[in-house]
Amino acid sequence: MSRHLRAEWTKLRTTPGTGWLLLAVVVLTAGVSAAVAAAVTNQPFDVPRTALAGVVAGQAVVAVLAVLMISGEYGTGMIRTTLTAMPRRGGVLAAKAALLTGLTLAAGTVAVLGSVAAGRLLLPGGQALSLTGGPVLRAAAGSVLYLVLVGLLSLGVAAAVRDQAAAAGVVLGLLYLLALMTFLIQDADWQRFFYRLSPMNAGLTVQATAGLQALPLSPWAGLGVLAAWAAAALTAGGLLLKHRDA
Amino acid sequence: MSGFGRLVRAEWTKFRTVRGWVLGLVAAAALTAGLGLQTAAGSHSSCGAGTVEVACPSAPVGPGGEAVTDAFSFVHQRLDGDGAITARVASVTGRIRKPDVRPGVTNLVSGVVPWAKAGVMVKDGTKEGAAYAAVMVTGAHGVRMQHNFTGDTGGTTASAPAWLRLVRSGDKLIGYESADGRTWAEVGTATLAGLPDSVRIGLFVASPGDLTFSQDALGGVVSAQRFTEATAVFEEISVLGAAAGDAWRYDDIGVTMGPDGKPHHPGGHVRRGDTFTVTGVGDIAPVGDEGGMRIEQTLTGLFTALIVVVVVAVMFITAEYRRGLIRTTLTASPRRGRVLAAKAVVAGAVTFVTGLVAAGITVPLGRRILEANGNRVLPVSTLTEMRVVAGSAALLALTAVLALALGALLRRGVVAVTVAVAVTVLPYFLATVSVLPLEPARWLLRLTPSAGFAIQQTLVEYPQVAAHYTPVLGYYPLPPWGGLAVSAAYAALALGLAVVKLRGRDA
Repeated sequence: MSRHLRAEWTKLRTTPGTGWLLLAVVVLTAGVSAAVAAAVTNQPFDVPRTALAGVVAGQAVVAVLAVLMISGEYGTGMIRTTLTAMPRRGGVLAAKAALLTGLTLAAGTVAVLGSVAAGRLLLPGGQALSLTGGPVLRAAAGSVLYLVLVGLLSLGVAAAVRDQAAAAGVVLGLLYLLALMTFLIQDADWQRFFYRLSPMNAGLTVQATAGLQALPLSPWAGLGVLAAWAAAALTAGGLLLKHRDA
Repeated sequence: MSGFGRLVRAEWTKFRTVRGWVLGLVAAAALTAGLGLQTAAGSHSSCGAGTVEVACPSAPVGPGGEAVTDAFSFVHQRLDGDGAITARVASVTGRIRKPDVRPGVTNLVSGVVPWAKAGVMVKDGTKEGAAYAAVMVTGAHGVRMQHNFTGDTGGTTASAPAWLRLVRSGDKLIGYESADGRTWAEVGTATLAGLPDSVRIGLFVASPGDLTFSQDALGGVVSAQRFTEATAVFEEISVLGAAAGDAWRYDDIGVTMGPDGKPHHPGGHVRRGDTFTVTGVGDIAPVGDEGGMRIEQTLTGLFTALIVVVVVAVMFITAEYRRGLIRTTLTASPRRGRVLAAKAVVAGAVTFVTGLVAAGITVPLGRRILEANGNRVLPVSTLTEMRVVAGSAALLALTAVLALALGALLRRGVVAVTVAVAVTVLPYFLATVSVLPLEPARWLLRLTPSAGFAIQQTLVEYPQVAAHYTPVLGYYPLPPWGGLAVSAAYAALALGLAVVKLRGRDA
């Protein structure tokens, strides 16, 4: 496994886009959070959640990073070299997933800390944001985990779909489309059903600190929905990678 | 065939021979129609009458064809032919229900809502939605002349007491105001086409519900409309005309009936000598989103189509780079700008047709299904319906061109798809269902390619109607074609940049 990890790390480290994408995760997440915090004029209903609003945008970059880790290899034909050198295909995907987890954990932590800092400075009522408080800490740490899980979901989808444009379409559709559907539907029962199903709505419930009893899911259960999506995508991607010609 | 025509044909051949793309677009159209019709079929509504469920009565429609609310207290008599009414509105007071402080105890405070109306009116009968013209004192917007629900002209007097006069000659109505009942100033005129000889003339009071908004836990906005009523004292009333001297009659027009069959929040009137005290509840105005469903709500599935279109359009160019086909293409037609233009024509045309078929089926059929299920659907003209259908297709086509250009610029499929989705769908998402306050949300829908969604708006904003004019309820900050023009500008800009870049770069 350590050899798998080393090989994947070398590839990732020497791909020119990786560093920029990680930077983009931080800049976009913290930047959108700061922009929203600056735009809000009255103390919002849920201060921590508003301070972390940039995660909605930053997740798209995480998805790009994850999709490129595997679709990039299919695009250039590198995947054949990779699988010749490391015939244990499950191990390859596991190594990629482990590296992706580490990188998004690091970038996500910086991005979330940046968002919280921006919230403390700019958001009305944000001065009270403190990571020692239980719900705020849960919202912040949960947001980092959210980004990691979005990355793993994207990696699984990319392993299954292979083409990078199509993989990006599937991932963004799962995230944004299902989330929008939740609100565009009129019927309240369907709305709650879609909320529980949608990886983004359910997953971002982990950021909620106000009005919890009105939400269709508890915060951690919501993140669990996203985790289930990620696990399903990785399993499907892993099986397809194993049993399909590269 | 001209050189460009041949290029377009070559690109069309490339497009139609990739099975995945064709199937993707067919699936996108099917999903758009399927989701729209499925939601329409799942929306039922009925109204209670006592203990039984009956079909909801259809919303009254104004002379201009728009859905209206027409509820007010009307003290009136007959007027045959030309005539006039003059009255002094001595005072306007009222009550507003505020959120309960103690549960179960109705919290009524005294006050008048900004668009409470008290004045004199000529109306074509007492049917809801019938043509009318009126001069009135409002709660906070001074003296106004309004007619046929959408017409509104401001006067100069700020508040009661005020003298009001409405003169009818033929189908023309002229409103006047005065501070002392001696010198009169014209407020406005209105022409009520086809006004019959015999009409009703009299005093009226209306008071629209008090709107409050709060954020709901899922991220949307909950609006609540609370009961208000206004009471006006009318003095020095005089009616001139052929039937003058006819007895006064009272009607509580458009009053809602409670489950017990009695009026819910009735208005009323008291006559003491020549003074009338009239209390009214309700409003005389066009209704927006609260009046029923909008036809564009059948097009929620369009977002699915949007993402499929982005993916296909990006692949239309990035696949050439991946397979090396781009070198053959550029060798065969060395004028690179024209190659990209031909691709844009094909991508735009194919997605436009896809969108046209999908929306052309979904909107009319979805509307019929909704109506058949007892839902109120806001009436729109055929022209507006065609604009929503063709505009949605055009929005898909513009998004396809934008995505194609991004694909040519960035060459990496995943980056191009993500950027295209991020600039078209993400601003819409942030503007409608996020924590963003109204003003920044509106700016997002003015400045980003999401502005094009305005082409779907069928609601009309009226300055004289207090409502929640927000994107999430279907009110966009730009006019329909203006919004689409912003999207078109982005597509053109991206295509221009892509042509420059393609010319100056190795393939």
